[in-house]
Parts: sequence; structure tokens; C-alpha cells
Amino acid sequence: MEHEITLVVNGTARRARVPARRLLSDCLRHDLGLTGTHVGCEHGVCGCCTVLLDGRPVRSCLTFAVTVDGAEITTVEGLADRDGRMSAVQRAFAECHGLQCGFCTPGFLCTVTALLKENPAPTDDEVVEGIAGNLCRCTGYQNIVKAVHRAAELLAEEA
Amino acid sequence: MTTKLFGAPVQRREDPRLLTGQGRYLDDLGRDALAAAFVRSPHAHARVRDIDVSGALDVEGLVAIYTWEDLPERVGRALPLLIPHPALTHGRTAYPLARDVVRHVGEPVVMVVAADRYAAEDACALIEVDYEPLKPVVGIEEAVQGAQLVHEDVPGNVGAHLVQEVAAADGRGAREAIETSPHTLAFRLDIERSASMPLEGRGVYARWDGRDLRVYSSTQTSTSVRMAVAAALGLPLPQVEVIAPDVGGGFGVKIVHPWPEEVLVPWAAMTLGREVKWTEDRREHFVSSAHERGQVQYVRVGFDDDGRVLGLDVTILHDHGAYTPYGIIVPIVTSTQLLGPYKPGAYRVEFTAVYTNTVQVTPYRGAGRPQGVFCMERTMDKIARYLGKDRTEVRAANFIRPDEFPYDQGMTFQDGRPLIYDSGNYPEMLRMIKELIGWDTFERRPGLGIGIGCYVEGTGVGPYEGGHVQITSDGRVHVSTGLTSQGQGHETAFAQIAATELGVPIERVSVVTGDTRRFGYAVGTFASRAAVVSGNAIALACRKVREKALRIAADALEADPGDLDIADGIVHVVGAPSAAVPLSTVAVLANPLRYAFDEETAKATQFATAAAPDRPPVAEGEEPGLEGRDYYSPIRSTFAAGMHAAIVETDPDTAEIKVLRYAVVHDCGRLINPMIVEGQIHGGVAQGIGGALYERMVYDQHGQLVNASFMDFLMPYATEIPRVETGHLETPSPLNPLGIKGAGEAGVIPVSAVIASAVEDAEGIEINRMPISPSELFELRMG
Amino acid sequence: MKPPPFTYHAPRDLPAALRTLAEVGGKVLAGGQSLIPMLNMRLAAPGHVVDINRVAGLDGIEVSRAGVTVGALARHADVERAGAHPLLTWALKLVAHPAIRNRGTVVGSLVHADPAAELPAVLAVLGGHVRVARWDCGRVTFREIPAAEFFVGPMESAVGPGELAVSAFFPALEEGSGAAFHEVSRRHGDYALAGACAVVGVAGARVACIGVGGGPVVIDVGGDLSSAAARVRDAVDPDDDIHASAAYRRHLVGVLAERALRDAAREGAAARGA
Ligand SMILES: Cc1cc2nc3c(=O)[nH]c(=O)nc-3n(C[C@H](O)[C@H](O)[C@H](O)COP(=O)(O)OP(=O)(O)OC[C@H]3O[C@@H](n4cnc5c(N)ncnc54)[C@H](O)[C@@H]3O)c2cc1C
Ligand code: FES
Ligand code: FES
Repeated sequence: MEHEITLVVNGTARRARVPARRLLSDCLRHDLGLTGTHVGCEHGVCGCCTVLLDGRPVRSCLTFAVTVDGAEITTVEGLADRDGRMSAVQRAFAECHGLQCGFCTPGFLCTVTALLKENPAPTDDEVVEGIAGNLCRCTGYQNIVKAVHRAAELLAEEA
Repeated sequence: MTTKLFGAPVQRREDPRLLTGQGRYLDDLGRDALAAAFVRSPHAHARVRDIDVSGALDVEGLVAIYTWEDLPERVGRALPLLIPHPALTHGRTAYPLARDVVRHVGEPVVMVVAADRYAAEDACALIEVDYEPLKPVVGIEEAVQGAQLVHEDVPGNVGAHLVQEVAAADGRGAREAIETSPHTLAFRLDIERSASMPLEGRGVYARWDGRDLRVYSSTQTSTSVRMAVAAALGLPLPQVEVIAPDVGGGFGVKIVHPWPEEVLVPWAAMTLGREVKWTEDRREHFVSSAHERGQVQYVRVGFDDDGRVLGLDVTILHDHGAYTPYGIIVPIVTSTQLLGPYKPGAYRVEFTAVYTNTVQVTPYRGAGRPQGVFCMERTMDKIARYLGKDRTEVRAANFIRPDEFPYDQGMTFQDGRPLIYDSGNYPEMLRMIKELIGWDTFERRPGLGIGIGCYVEGTGVGPYEGGHVQITSDGRVHVSTGLTSQGQGHETAFAQIAATELGVPIERVSVVTGDTRRFGYAVGTFASRAAVVSGNAIALACRKVREKALRIAADALEADPGDLDIADGIVHVVGAPSAAVPLSTVAVLANPLRYAFDEETAKATQFATAAAPDRPPVAEGEEPGLEGRDYYSPIRSTFAAGMHAAIVETDPDTAEIKVLRYAVVHDCGRLINPMIVEGQIHGGVAQGIGGALYERMVYDQHGQLVNASFMDFLMPYATEIPRVETGHLETPSPLNPLGIKGAGEAGVIPVSAVIASAVEDAEGIEINRMPISPSELFELRMG
Repeated sequence: MKPPPFTYHAPRDLPAALRTLAEVGGKVLAGGQSLIPMLNMRLAAPGHVVDINRVAGLDGIEVSRAGVTVGALARHADVERAGAHPLLTWALKLVAHPAIRNRGTVVGSLVHADPAAELPAVLAVLGGHVRVARWDCGRVTFREIPAAEFFVGPMESAVGPGELAVSAFFPALEEGSGAAFHEVSRRHGDYALAGACAVVGVAGARVACIGVGGGPVVIDVGGDLSSAAARVRDAVDPDDDIHASAAYRRHLVGVLAERALRDAAREGAAARGA
């Protein structure tokens, strides 16, 4: 049986017909064509699929699309300004070389966006702890940590 | 050269798309394609008696089910053995779908194609395969005993056996040299399996339009996949194109080709006349791609009072898993790169590559070097301990001196060429790493230890890569090379090379990699070779284009080409900047036209140019267009080097091991982009720490991989990785025009050796097996 | 790795949820952070899934002098933020990662009853209980299951078929007592290799250990903390697995119990102004 659902994705209401078992990650990627959200493990460990659900980072691979019918979801495609300028977090990642293959990156960007909203000036330990649920196989995290601090700086400057 | 981009930390050109969700990874393509899934063997070793698909036929959305018997003869053949070697006397490869016998858990048995992956998995779950279980061979020791066989026709499970010997200056062999040494030691070392584990798994997507086949694959080598697919499907090469889209990490596993899926998915697309896509999931990746590292090493070493190695005799047992599609590259690399920056008096190395009923072994970043370095560095530490000397002193006593380069180690390297180091400065590097970590001022106490590890890495192996550079009439520079990218920033590094060589702003340069439509000849991305081989090829191609541009501009400016230079995309007479012509115009002039499309091209039409009427519009020996192609084929590998040091703390009660500091000094010749190189080092170190303290593939006695998930295969998070401190040394390679060496694998190579060294120092217990967990350290303490 | 098909129910209120559970059986879906991985790996294939995320009134976190009552839809992160109980807050920081905690529920974790999970130990050491509801002859009935009876075995709680755990009650720390939680996990955020949470009060000390038995192992250590490690090691029955040997776990849990008891005692003393 299929379910008619509405998700407010990046500010736009999107409708989809999905079976109950459709993972939110698959719904975003395949039903709605938003392929920026990546899937690296489908068991909750890697964090590639992290999106913001009503502003909070969650694993879209561990959420059924039907469960969150009506919710607001932000994906990596929705982080830039309306006029397409990359967000401070995105720019900081570019500036600090916080990505290599880019596969983990959307998950980090969503996580860090929420992290800095809650804690605009995190300490080094808070940064490491804040990104500790996301795996990256390429960067060794060094420049991701740098990028989070840099993003905090940019956000403070632009506030 | 006015635009000094070579060597600058230029921001990456691939980032804007990857940061905004606009990357195009394999599973992002082919939204309407059918999905493939596989029934994979649950047994490590079994005979397939019968396959009953009837239960799956009613699954909604099912399109097709294929077993080996359904495959045409050509498609069903055993996969190629990519790198034959005379010592690989019993090379074996798998069939795309299991033929009679399955030899590891995860081997594909049935292919299902359905409307989507959900339906495909539903069907897989309903297909019943009747297996006759056979006794599996698990672990090196069991394989060596040879009581059970992985392949009936491979006696003793031995796939390959190779002895290499380098005699001492006086002609004596290693064993003889050891016998007569003042001191000798003998010990055994163990390294366990790990895997590349990119966050994006493998994947294949194929489209067939009735005549041409287009295949997208998350691969490290699109050109080779193309040849392999064409061969397997019996298609003429020009009818097959293979594209590597954005690839979410490779680290070695994606250099193997063709994977069963790379043959089967295109074949299914042709057979069904529909687009078909397969996206590997994480569980599949654990059991059906490849692993690496597992070795047992028996070492004997003889040395003098200064710790100088007079003879070294290493016997390696290498676990090759069930198949050898990539030949015996890994144990060859271990055997040769084991020598590191040292020159032992005499060296004998013997390896036996054995089959086991586990996932096949193919290169993972480092490709055998971490094991070799572990062996050599443990040996150095043991000598120091035995003699009561500082560990760095013993190393220094064995170094190749700077004035001894090029240094011939007297062996044959993985590319079949002599193992001759091109350049290096190991004593200086040792001084730097000691200073960076504070070796001489380190205050040792129980539970706090310092460790060191040194390595040399043959990079930039041949046979060749090519580059194509085209300047179009809008002044843009289009660069393409055949090898692929998996996050190494090639689009940026190669654009830096082109911008520097051609004197154009980098914004005007675009780079395409891994697309056989753009460049058909290539080898692939592995062995830290992209920057060296493709980088130099692109530089050479640029030089050709530059020369042609100067020639044409010289004509237009009535100047001597020798008096011209290019800056900011404009060719000008040196010292007379007003006498100038932009490259866009040169590109127009390079291509005499009959038709005009815009203002620029109008300048190149027949009545606009003042071409000499007595000469053909395109001079003899010339080609139209401002473009050039060139290849770089290195005579042999370049040898990068590095030294790492770490300080670790061990908890006296819980036996937890914490890396407090990690320092790296490395030398990869001239740097194209220091930011990217540093990023490669960081990533490598993190993988190394994973391999030293967290990651291992755990098989039970039945051949089940019991930790086939990210919950239990412990790749480190940010919390597990210390800050990495780096220092750089640059000894340019004399072997190539740009003076560069590879850097892609550097970070990972010595980490297990370094951590073992530091833990041993902290604990005073010999560490002979890696990785090491708190539980294992506890058991060691208990004795 | 896609979940198998199932029939989906999304009741809006408790009676509807319980009726559905009574009629079709089926698996309760709360935060999904344990259930969905199992579905994705096809390790479970329930015919019916009863999604309680829309059931009204289950997301409460009620604080009283007696303790904290956590509703079945209160997420780890919300309970952590509420900071209503120091030991619970401490333990929640050890559970997984923030993104998991944003979905996973405290009650779900108790029902899931992973022997290495933190929250069962907290419930056990505090002597709390879980309130369970069922549909019985046309009406909702409740029962309270004390912690000591709740954790039946590894991955097995006392919640029966057709039942829904609606809340869990964590008793407040007694005046003048302190609590602490220590664990060792391989990576930060992983399930623990072993762990111990302790409550030390005037009357005595209790410790609950994880990762070393079928469920949380509770040991009354009385007033003598000096021999606690040895007694804990005697009381537990750990297994070997791929991450650690039984011998190591036994040793480790003693160390951690000692540390937790020491910290709890120090905190208790501070609370008493001693
Ligand atoms: C990567 C990762 C790491 C994790 N690490 C930890 C960790 O370190 N420590 C830890 O404790 N947990 C950890 N977890 C698990 C997490 O805490 C889960 O959220 C929790 O165990 C289950 O809560 P849930 O609400 O998600 O339950 P669900 O997944 O929805 O359900 C779990 C089980 O409980 C049943 N159930 C749930 N709620 C009820 C109810 N109200 N009544 C009856 N039955 C119910 C379900 O039917 C199911 O069988 C981890 C999870 C992941 C994915
Ligand atoms: S894909 Fe969701 S956490 Fe890995
Ligand atoms: S950039 Fe490749 S996994 Fe993080």
C-alpha cells in the first residue's frame, strides 16, 4: 500500500506517494530527486545521510518517510542562501579544504549547521564531539575541525 | 611562466558542486533505471546444487533473474587475471556469477533485476539456493597446512611463491651473513586484515541504445573497465564508453576491474533493452569487494654492534583470500618496499601467497607497504632494544646516505623495473621528525611512550598516462586525462599545472578526468601516481600547445617566437606589452574556417585572413586547432619518503591507548598544491590509526565475517584521531619534468609501525601483532 | 539493505495504538534507531509495524520530588536537555551520537534491552519502573514493572506481545547521595565494552554494570567501597566477543565500578556538605 505524504523540503512543500517502508533517504534521493543527501551504510553509523528534521540533525536512513509526513526537512541543497550564495559553513569547508571526495560532506554540513546554531562559539573539544557521529574516510578530520571553527568565525562576522 | 600557481594552496575547483549537493555520484544518476541486486553466498565454501527461483516470480516489480547458466558463454567466463606474474603459478579468478562452487561468503550467485532496489531485495530473499557445504579454509595457518583446499586444483592452497635475494657486497647471501653476524634476532610478526572502505561503495549504471553502450562506474580506472567490458561483451571498443562520475573514495578497492557487476549490469541492460543500475550497499561491500593487509612474517636479522643490519631474512605468508584477480602486487610491494630508507648488507625475502575461503585481497592504500614497513621498523626497534641504543640511532646507522642516490636496491619492483631510488635525504628527515616531536627532550614514564617509523614509497609507476589540452576560441583551456579521481583534487592540481604552463588564469581552465569519451588511453589511479604521471603528461601537452601558440602568435605579431611570453591568457612580446594577441585569437587563427558563427570565428574565415596564397591554409605537418596531446611514460618509479612519530598514553587500569601527538615529516618532491598534499597525509594517517588501533576483519572458523557492519568494523570518528602535525622536505625527483613524487598513500604507510613502537615504549612489552585493542593490551600485560 | 514490506499503522491516540497492537500484534516503532537498522539488514520482518510517533501525549518529561517520568516519545536529546536527573543526563551523553539521540527514545532503549546499553543500568541502579499498557476487554489497562523484573535477558524485556511501554520512572537521588557513570567503549559513542553506574548515599552504595551479563547487573556494595571492584568482578558473567575478551571485561568492569563509586561518593559527600 502506498501513502500520500507531504514533506516541506528546503522550504518547499513536496508531495510523494511512497510505500511505508520507504526510507527518508531514498524518498529524498529517488522520489524527490534530491541526490545531495548520501547513503553510506544504511544502519545509522556513518552519518552521510544526516538531514535536518525540524531543525535537528537526524539519520534519514533510520527514518521512514511516512513517519515524518508534514515535517520540515533541510538537506544540503537547502543550505545556501536564496540567491545561491553558499552558507558560511559551506564556504568554510571550501576555504579549509574540509572535504576530499565529498561523499560524507552533506552529512557534515547539516550536522555542523545545527551545531553552530546551538553553540555559536564551540571549543575544540565541543567541535570534535559535535562531529563525532559522522565518518569521513578521506580527510582525517583535521580540516573539518578547522572548517567548523572558521565557520563560527564567519557567522560571527556576518551576524 | 608568469602565473605562479604551481606550488600554491589553491582552493579546490571541485568543491562548489560537492558542497551544494550538486555532485554526481553513481547512485545519483539513472533515476529511472531498473535496479539490480544479488543473491550472495551465505557459505564460505559450498557447492551450488540447485537454484529455485520460483518463489520470487510473483514479486511485484520483478523484471529478470539470472544465474550463471543464463549467461552467454563469453559473459560467463572466469573474470580476467589482470596482472599475471611468473611466480603466480596458480592464479585463480571468480566467475561473474558462481558456477559450481562458492569460495567466500558474499560471492554472487544470482542476479535479480527489478523496478527498484526494494523489490529486487524482496525477490532475492525468496530465491532458494541449495548448497552442499564444504569445509572452509580460514586463516593463514589453516591455509598453509593444506589439509583442505580452496581450489581443488591448487595443491597446498599456494597461489604464488617467490624468493628474491640481494647478496652482500662480498657476495654472501643473507642467511650466510646472518650466521656470521655478531648478533642475531628471530621473531614472528602478525598483521590483520582491513579494507579500503570508501564511504561510497561500488556501483555500475549502464545504458544501451541498440548500438552503443555507455557505462558509468564508480571506478579508479574507466579506460580499463571499458576494455574489459568490451572484451566480455564482445563489443567493438568504439561502441563502449565508460565514465567515472564523482567517486566517493576509492583507496585501492576500485582499481580492480572488471568486477562481476561491471560485466553483468551492462549485459543485463543490453539484454533487457533497459537502463540498469546496481548500487552496492554496505553489507555487500564488506563481503563482496576486497580486503587487504593480512600477513604473517618470520624475520631473522644479523647485525653488528652499531646496529647495522648485515643480513635480513624475511619469510612472508600472505593471505590472498579466495581469488587473485589483481595478481600478487601486494606481496611483491611488501617484499620490495620493506627495505625502506635502509641498506641492509644482504637481503632475502620469500613469500607464499595462499588461498583462503575469504574475500579476495587486492591493494588498499599503501598496498603491502604498511606490512613491509611494520616488519622493518619492528626490526629496527628490536635491534635498538637488544643493543640498548636509541631507536633513531640504529635507524641512522642503516640509512642510505644522500650522496648515494640514485641508489639501486638490486631488486625488481612491482612495475617489473629495477628498484632504484631516485633521490632523498633521510638523515635530514630524521633530524626534522625528531625536532618536530621533541624526541631528545621526551620524558619517558610508565604509561607514556614515544615511537617512530620510516618508510620509502615507490610512487608514480608507469606504464604511462596522457593529457590532452585544447584552447578554444573563447580563450578557455580544456584539459583532459584518462585517469580518474576519487577526491584527490585532480581537477585543481591539473588546472594549476595547465595554468602555470600556459600562462592563463586558472578560472579559464577546466579539467575532465576518467571519461573515455574525452581521453581513451590511461592506466588508472593507484600507487600515488596521478600527479606524477598524468601531471607530467598534462605539462608536456601544455608545452606543445604553448609552442604552437607562440609560433602562430609570432606570425601574427611578426616577432620571433623566442621573444614571446604568455601572461594572463595574452601572448605578448617580452618588454613590449602593447605588441600582444590574446590566446582566444590565437585559437581562432589556428583553425582556418569557411564559416563564421560569431565575431571571433569571423576573423578566421577565408576572406578575413591574410594567409599567404602560396601556402595551404593548414601547413604541412600542422593540424587545425590549438590543441595538443602528449604522454608521459616514466622510466621507473619515483621514491617518496617520510618519517612519522607519535606519543601515546596507555591507561594502567583500563589498558586504553590514546594517541596524544602525531607528527609527520614527508618528502614528495615538488608540491603542486601543498593544501591538497597535506589533506592526503591527514587522511592517510587517520586510516593508519584505524588500522593500528581499531579496524580488522574478523572471520570465525566457518568463514563468516562476523563484523560486517560499521557498528563492528570500527573506522575512527573525529574523536579517535589526534591532531596531525606536519613538516615538509622537498627533494625534487630528477626523473620527471615537474620534479614531483606521489603523495597519495604516504600518510597511511608507517602508522602501525609507529604506534607499535610507541606502545612498546610505554609498556615495556614487545608488540608483535597489529592492530592492538585495549583488550589485547590487557592480555599482553597478563602475560 | 532495504526493509522488507510490512503493513503500517499510525494510530493517533493511546487506545487506538493499543487496539491495533492487540489486533495485529506487530512491532512498535518509536525512534527507530534500533528497529530500522534491523529492518534494513532484514534481520527482522514484522508483518505489521505500529508507528507510535503520532500518538498524542506520550512525549512528556515530568519532574516531581520523587523522580522523573519519561514518556515513550521523549527523545534522548530532549531528556538530556531537560537535565531533570543528573545520572540520567550523564548516561545520555554516553548514548550514541547527537543525531541518534535526536530520534531515539529513552523508553525504546529500555524495551530494546541491549545488555551494553546505558539507560537500563540507570533504571536498574535507581530501582525505577516501566509503565506498560495493553488493550484488555475493550479498555486500556496498565501495569508497572519494576526494573528488577524488567530486563529479562539480552535484547529481551518484560514487555509482552500487544503491550506498549508508555513511560519510565527514574526515582530521584536521595538527599545527600551522589551518582556517576563510567564506561569504556571502543569509539566514542559506541555501545560500551563495559560500564558501571553507581549511586552512593548515606545508607549504602549500589552499582549497575553493563556489557558483562544478559542485562544490567546490579550489585549492592553496602558501605565498604574498598572491596567493591572484587565483588563486582565476582558477580558478573561477561562473554568473549570480537571487541574484548571475557577476562578483560571482568577486569574492566571492576575498574569502572571503582571509579564510578569513588566519583559518586565524592559527589554525595559534597551534597552533604561534608
Ligand atoms: C549508530 C548507533 C549507535 C548507538 N549507540 C548506542 C549506545 O551507545 N547506547 C545505547 O544505549 N543505545 C545506542 N543506540 C541505540 C539507541 O539508543 C536507540 O535509540 C535505542 O536503543 C532504541 O530506541 P528507539 O526509540 O530508537 O527504539 P526503536 O528502534 O523504535 O525500537 C527498539 C525496540 O523497542 C521496541 N519499542 C520501542 N519503544 C517501545 C515502546 N514504547 N513500547 C514497546 N516496545 C517498544 C520496538 O518494537 C523495538 O523492538 C545506538 C543506535 C545507533 C543507530
Ligand atoms: S547512511 Fe545513514 S548513517 Fe550511514
Ligand atoms: S571527504 Fe571522502 S569521506 Fe569525507
